[in-house]
Amino acid sequence: MQERVPLPTSPPRQRRRWSYTRFQQRFAPYIFTSPFFVLFLIFGLFPLGFSLFLAFHLWNPLDGLGNWEYVGWENFQLALGARDQFWVALKNTVWIGLLSGVPQHLVALPLAFVINQSLRRWQGSISTILFLPYITNAVAITIVFGMLYSENLGLLNYALSAVGLGPVRWLALPELVPVSVAAVVFWRYVGWNVILYLSGLQAISEDVYEAATVDGASSAQKFFYITLPLLRPMMFYAFTLTIVGNMQLFEEPFIMVGQAGGSGGAALTSAMHIYNVAFRDLDMGYGSAMAWLLFLAIFVLSMVNNYLFSRGGGRQ
Amino acid sequence: MKKFVAFALVTALLASTASAQEKVTLNVAAFPSLDVAIKAITPAWNKLHPNVTIKLVAQEIGDHHNAMTTALATGQGLPDVMAVEIGYVGKFSEGKGLEDLNKAPYNAGQYKKLFTPFTVAQATSADKRFVAMPTDIGPGTFLYRKDILDKAGVNPTTMMKSWEDYIAAGKTIKAKTGASLINSAAGVYGIVTRTNLKNGEGIYFDSKNNLLVGPDSPRFVRAFTLAKQVRDAGLDAKIGEWSNEWYDAFKKGTVATQFSGAWLTGALQSWMAPDTKGLWRVQNLPEGGYASWGGSFYAIPTASKNKQWAWEFIKFMTVDQGSQIKAFIDNGAFPALLSAQNDPIFNQGVPFLGGQKARVLWRDAARKTQPIDVNKYDSVADQILATELTNVLEQGKDIKQALTDARAQILRRAR
Repeated sequence: MQERVPLPTSPPRQRRRWSYTRFQQRFAPYIFTSPFFVLFLIFGLFPLGFSLFLAFHLWNPLDGLGNWEYVGWENFQLALGARDQFWVALKNTVWIGLLSGVPQHLVALPLAFVINQSLRRWQGSISTILFLPYITNAVAITIVFGMLYSENLGLLNYALSAVGLGPVRWLALPELVPVSVAAVVFWRYVGWNVILYLSGLQAISEDVYEAATVDGASSAQKFFYITLPLLRPMMFYAFTLTIVGNMQLFEEPFIMVGQAGGSGGAALTSAMHIYNVAFRDLDMGYGSAMAWLLFLAIFVLSMVNNYLFSRGGGRQ
Repeated sequence: MKKFVAFALVTALLASTASAQEKVTLNVAAFPSLDVAIKAITPAWNKLHPNVTIKLVAQEIGDHHNAMTTALATGQGLPDVMAVEIGYVGKFSEGKGLEDLNKAPYNAGQYKKLFTPFTVAQATSADKRFVAMPTDIGPGTFLYRKDILDKAGVNPTTMMKSWEDYIAAGKTIKAKTGASLINSAAGVYGIVTRTNLKNGEGIYFDSKNNLLVGPDSPRFVRAFTLAKQVRDAGLDAKIGEWSNEWYDAFKKGTVATQFSGAWLTGALQSWMAPDTKGLWRVQNLPEGGYASWGGSFYAIPTASKNKQWAWEFIKFMTVDQGSQIKAFIDNGAFPALLSAQNDPIFNQGVPFLGGQKARVLWRDAARKTQPIDVNKYDSVADQILATELTNVLEQGKDIKQALTDARAQILRRAR
């Protein structure tokens, strides 16, 4: 860098230069960050506020803006009423979420541990393979799984018939539909969780393990007394992501079993129900009210998760 | 200076009128395969109105109607002419964003008698606004595989006398050929609920918005009962429509019969199962029932900027006999216009149906079909009943209980 030589400058030029600097310092940051705030206002804050507004109104979009009718808490009462589809959809969502979420973590955590401990050399390629489902297009995934699950033409039933078992109606029996959908969700996100846990494991210092080895700790002891406690923050993060993601499950069941949630509506998730009510039945108010109730449900579950993690020490 | 101003004014005026005469772009929004019909007719339109260019935007049927819903909600980005499919016309007619064609300058009242009667009722809202002109209709029909029925020794006319005969014939077909009677038991439910409706009745609601679904409704009890009988006797292949299994069943002949609109013949012929040419025949629905199964309409959004040309275009598509025949030949769109149904082409046999004169049969069916009232909560009722029907078929839920539950759920949502 060159030495800056102070130049004799005339007053007007100095003023201009001073004002430019002043502009840069005071306004430029706002201008450079404004795209985010403008976009957030238009696509983030406005829809949020509008949906909260609509939750207290009866509005059919075909009537045009302005033709809404204030109904107070009616939309919320409608959703929370006994035997309403809102509850059925919420139950389906939680059930599919548990079916896919719990095995995800039960598999991802030990898998990440094994990769981190003994497969260090292949870690890059293994991670890539595990991560592929996560970045693959959901439509492509569900079409491929649709072919696997197909009752008469599917690969799964072909394999079953080869060992003499009858065809299983994967996407037709109301009891099996949530399992079939959950399997796809599990397959898609298990790799994501492995990557999360791997990065968490790598943050744990080798020294701790070495000290444990010197003390004669077994692999299992290392896992339960070192890895698990030190991985708590990452586990909390991964659990939260799973809860939020599974509660908003939409595209996999939507494409696999259709808008109505398949046989008996067994895979009708809350997000699908909200979509149907708002965009098929054109009842925007009721849909918005349910969206806020779903938000509340996710918030409560995240808080429960938070409470369970902060209890029992370790974190403050 | 004065002269110059006057000259400039006159030139400007002339230029503006000239340009108004010269070029109009008419935005038309449609969906496949209705766009095929529009493209087929565009050359004739251009000859007649060289100054009006048609700009056609076609999206997938769901995307098209979603886009139109959004456009109507905000009043932005609306086309001049909007195509509306039968499944959406009920909802769109209850909204306030479309022109009432009964009123001047359209005065569509004079054209209504030119159309198959039931289709006019479909485009009329509860408060008697006429929001869309019908262009094609879907007469409900019963397709069957002649070769399979012959092998089983089943007479297609006698099997359609009653639903009980239909189920009995299905048992014979299953025993002698191994083929299933129908793709899904839900198909039987679908027709029984759609046929023999009284005047002023819709499928789920009557014209006064009273819910017709419930444990005391003979139509729904019968529809559920017959569907359950078909399922219990193992006569349905348990496959959904528009699935790979469905197309495969048509190709392999594992399902003997199918209820649908007349248009399914065209789809079978062109891509679903072209190799089965000559094996299919059609019949009317069981028990002398008639039903509408599809159809398309054209509407003018209130926010349209070229309403006059939009209306000219719609008239050209709907009440012009030549256009209707052209659409029928190029796209298989069954004309809604009565006079077009008297074209000589209707007396020709359909090669895919072994030369059967099916178009005459469909024409008679269309003319006997009664108007069905549509309701904006039809889609709500439709989904709730489909779910309850699955509960009955798959889990053995009591039919009366299922209909009681369905009624309670629909009443909650229809407000």
